Amino acid sequence: MPHLVFTAQLQRFTQTPELHTAATTLREALEAAFDLNPRLRHYVLDEQGHLRPHVVVFIEGRRASDRETLSDALGPDDKVYVLQALTGG
Amino acid sequence: MNDRAWVATRKGLIELRRHADAWKVARASFVGDPVSMVLPPDAGGRMFAALNLGHFGVKMHCSEDAGETWQEVAAPALPPQPEGAPGPAWKVSLIWAMEREGRTLYAGTLPGALFRSTDGARSWQLDEALWNRPERPGWSGGGYDTPGIHSISPLADGTVLVGVSCAGAWMTRDAGASWAQTAHGMRAEYMPPEQAFDPGIQDPHAIARCAAQPDVLWCQHHNGIFRSTNGGGHWSELHAPLSSFGFAVAAHPLDPQTAWFVPAVKDQCRIPVDRALAVNRTRDGGASFETLRSGLPQQDCYDLVYRHSLAVADDGVHLMMGSTTGGVWASGDGGDHWAALPARLPPVYAVRFG
Repeated sequence: MPHLVFTAQLQRFTQTPELHTAATTLREALEAAFDLNPRLRHYVLDEQGHLRPHVVVFIEGRRASDRETLSDALGPDDKVYVLQALTGG
Repeated sequence: MNDRAWVATRKGLIELRRHADAWKVARASFVGDPVSMVLPPDAGGRMFAALNLGHFGVKMHCSEDAGETWQEVAAPALPPQPEGAPGPAWKVSLIWAMEREGRTLYAGTLPGALFRSTDGARSWQLDEALWNRPERPGWSGGGYDTPGIHSISPLADGTVLVGVSCAGAWMTRDAGASWAQTAHGMRAEYMPPEQAFDPGIQDPHAIARCAAQPDVLWCQHHNGIFRSTNGGGHWSELHAPLSSFGFAVAAHPLDPQTAWFVPAVKDQCRIPVDRALAVNRTRDGGASFETLRSGLPQQDCYDLVYRHSLAVADDGVHLMMGSTTGGVWASGDGGDHWAALPARLPPVYAVRFG
């Protein structure tokens, strides 16, 4: 199952679950995390449901490309990192 | 209240206390995080701080005990953006202004949306009448990529005036049901001459109202200083010494003839004139100004005072200002004399008494 990990920096603000999920897309994986902590949503996504400009997601080492609908596919053993982008300072 | 002040900075919220004539740091909250605006405590101790986390977006925090403890509450957010909607993206990128009138909280934001809350920021309602104005997609940014509401001046009768960079000033007299442009008389020298008096392209850097005579408003504009004596119906240009460029204005809460400004070299430069910090004060409605320097750095000074960073207490006597390079100065005599806070703070976004 895909394994989702959030930057430890987020723990200053809210809880970040590390989870294994049956999700097949990035959106589904993030929604699974938001189910565990609804406050996490607005730290990662803006009000239009897009990735915040200075949040970056890596899926098995490649940067997620669809920042709006979050349709990047996840393989069964993919590791997904939700991180701070250095563009944000 | 004139013995407590709040300084919102790029690296936290600083509470200052005055003992006799000396101001000292009493507490720091949100250390490390940008605090874009603070709303000081009400009579019950409830206050708000708006954060602009570099990676994780705009957040709102509430304290019920005057800043001792904080809880995250709802932040203003725009509804889903219709496909093809003109103008900037429907995403709140900064809480630039906060005010309260009675039980109603107001938040002014980039990209130009005004929000209200009547439940202590558990929820926010977009002012749809202003957001849906046909002119709004044409508003331009002033110092930012998107337009923003930086000044909110609500009255108990449902009147609200907002200052927008760059879209002039807008006013509702029916609690937000309808809005009208109210920047007539302002002059923009950065536009083609034939558009100089177009109210919709004016860049008021800050607008402040005299609490005792609310028809009197003062505006520090991008290229001038303006005053209205009829609630914003018309603005007259004033001419201050050193420079009419600046960001900040403080209106005397009791005396409609008195206001303070912090002049700077305009546009590309944005530093104190001759690198010497000064405050311009008028006490005759803008007919004349005094330039006040006592206690302020007079050489090698690059401190710029932004639009929310000059404050006057409700006594009209105590003043405080903070700068882009973290300087804070306070006056206990209406600006005649100033004293530096004995601390080096992060860049200052807002200063408020209360």
